[in-house]
Amino acid sequence: MKALTAKIQAVEARVSDVDLPAGGKWVTEARKSAMARLRAMGLPARRDEYWKFTRPEELTKADATEAALLETDEKPVFCDIDRLRLVFVDGVLDTDISDAMAMDHIEIEPLAEAAAKDIHWVKDLYGALETSGQTPVERPLAALNTALAVQGVVLRVTGKVPRPVCLHYVRDKIGADAMVHHVVKVEDGADFTLLENGPAADRINKVLEVDVADGGAFHHIRTQGRDHERRAVSHIFARLGKESSFKSFTLTVNGALTRNECVIEMLGDDAHATISGACAGDGASGPFHQDDTVFITHDAVNCESRQVFKKVLRNGATGVFQGKILVKADAQKTDGYQISQGLLLDENSQFLAKPELEIYADDVACSHGSTVGAIDETALFYLTSRGIPHNQAQDMLVLAFLAQALEEIESVDIREDILNRLEAWVERHRR
Amino acid sequence: MLSIKNLQVKLEDEDKQILKGVDLEIGPGEVHAIMGPNGSGKSTMSYVLSGKGGYEVTAGEATLDGMDLLDMEPDARAAAGLFLAFQYPVEIPGVGNMTFLRTAVNSQRKARGEEELSAADFLKLVRAKAKSLKIDAEMLKRPVNVGFSGGEKKRNEILQMAMLEPKMCILDETDSGLDVDAMKLVSEGVNALRDGKRSFLVITHYQRLLDHIKPDVVHIMANGRMIKSGGPELALEVEHNGYADILAEVV
Repeated sequence: MKALTAKIQAVEARVSDVDLPAGGKWVTEARKSAMARLRAMGLPARRDEYWKFTRPEELTKADATEAALLETDEKPVFCDIDRLRLVFVDGVLDTDISDAMAMDHIEIEPLAEAAAKDIHWVKDLYGALETSGQTPVERPLAALNTALAVQGVVLRVTGKVPRPVCLHYVRDKIGADAMVHHVVKVEDGADFTLLENGPAADRINKVLEVDVADGGAFHHIRTQGRDHERRAVSHIFARLGKESSFKSFTLTVNGALTRNECVIEMLGDDAHATISGACAGDGASGPFHQDDTVFITHDAVNCESRQVFKKVLRNGATGVFQGKILVKADAQKTDGYQISQGLLLDENSQFLAKPELEIYADDVACSHGSTVGAIDETALFYLTSRGIPHNQAQDMLVLAFLAQALEEIESVDIREDILNRLEAWVERHRR
Repeated sequence: MLSIKNLQVKLEDEDKQILKGVDLEIGPGEVHAIMGPNGSGKSTMSYVLSGKGGYEVTAGEATLDGMDLLDMEPDARAAAGLFLAFQYPVEIPGVGNMTFLRTAVNSQRKARGEEELSAADFLKLVRAKAKSLKIDAEMLKRPVNVGFSGGEKKRNEILQMAMLEPKMCILDETDSGLDVDAMKLVSEGVNALRDGKRSFLVITHYQRLLDHIKPDVVHIMANGRMIKSGGPELALEVEHNGYADILAEVV
């Protein structure tokens, strides 16, 4: 009880001098409801089982810690991909430098505009998927986001969209504490790719709610920005209809703290979900802590889910994976797969994994594997014995290790783009 | 070419002496074979020469054209012209065979101050060499040795050898796990590389391989030492009588 009181007091400390943003009727209700839920559950604290491996203080405290801007003349990821680009500067959508929000088979609107209206299609989704994702595990930082976010876009997809939409987050100055909330509705049979890249702010709290209707397909590929000191918490809440498909891949290199939660509810039969990630952390450039927390609920027949996470860690970097598959009693013929692997390049780094299966149906196939290890010395010797220098051989093995996660990206061009980023990282961090 | 004098080696982590004073001289263009009972130290010698970790050289020396091999990293030994065909070629998921080969060839060229092969030239070369070893293009695209049969792995070793054009080739039980046809194919690959200058050290348990790759000298190794050397007839003797007579002779 004492712990809960402290967590609730933490909410007051965080929001006491913040007013709910102004908006139309539906959004005001959603924000009030989120604030009430947040006040009831309190902010995450160190003793919470769900935050056992990741300290939440930097994400919960009232003022964000400043993060230096990364100086690089490198071209941003996805810049060679034909895409519709929406630019957020320090967490604020800048329409002047964004592409026009018009494309076939998709309606794009800033959250602020949708929120100003009293009635809007997004009212059935905004905060609704987040609310549903609070059971059985509470995710207070997502409720905080629903209550306070004014930035974001709402996207309604009605057919096969010709180009991906790319949310490009850039930083202009130090001191931004951003909160962004996007909603995507993929209608029956529609097909859409969402890209996200860039660090966004000193600290960002991001929520993405995705509703994929029957037969719809949603692809999501994101990179989280290389600013060494940035901190981020993100939540994806997805609801999948019959025969729908959801695929999300995340690349994380650098960043002092990253917590990515993904909550997927498979509600229609024969749906498919893949959630994957590659992470490369080097503690020599500053603290590195990256956490993937996934919860997939199978609540329909004959659905397939895959979780594939690979983390390469060195110089005191920490990687965390908490992945759960919950198969409800009526979710027969479920096929659930989960793999999480850590490659530690030295003895100072750590990979903490908690794979979980909770199964109530009796005709399912669920497998999970979690491994942690060092570079394979036999393979390393084989490569060096052919004349490949030790460092280069090690890089080849690191990239080979991460490749399994990259294979989950369907688009060859995007996969290549991501691979190039990783190759550059490996080269920069060569010992 | 290769000169080994009084080489003594123990395991790094335990007090177990494996090589107890090996002497071996291989001249340019020569083919030497080493036979010997299991556990006599044959593979250990090939690993120590190519620079595998886990061993400690306690005495002796090994030089390649006068260069101190034991003082070099494995990649430098390779660039200097040493090649080991592994008894158990290693599977490396995620690394393409072609990428691996090209990186290896160009790393060695770079180390020797030679110009690197262009992608086109490399491709042309590897295709020609692969064809003569009956390695199809699919195999080149696959990850290194992953899903290869025993014979394919050994052929892949010979392909690497052909691409890297070493001065001194050590073949560690290259015949193990090969059927008659595969052994012939691999042997032909090796023989194609014999040019009067390149030297070979063939480690084997069976005389049969030596019918295909004809040695100049045969050595018998036992208990960490070379105990007898002779011509090809020595291999035949082992094939017929086993090691018992030779071991008894020495004692």
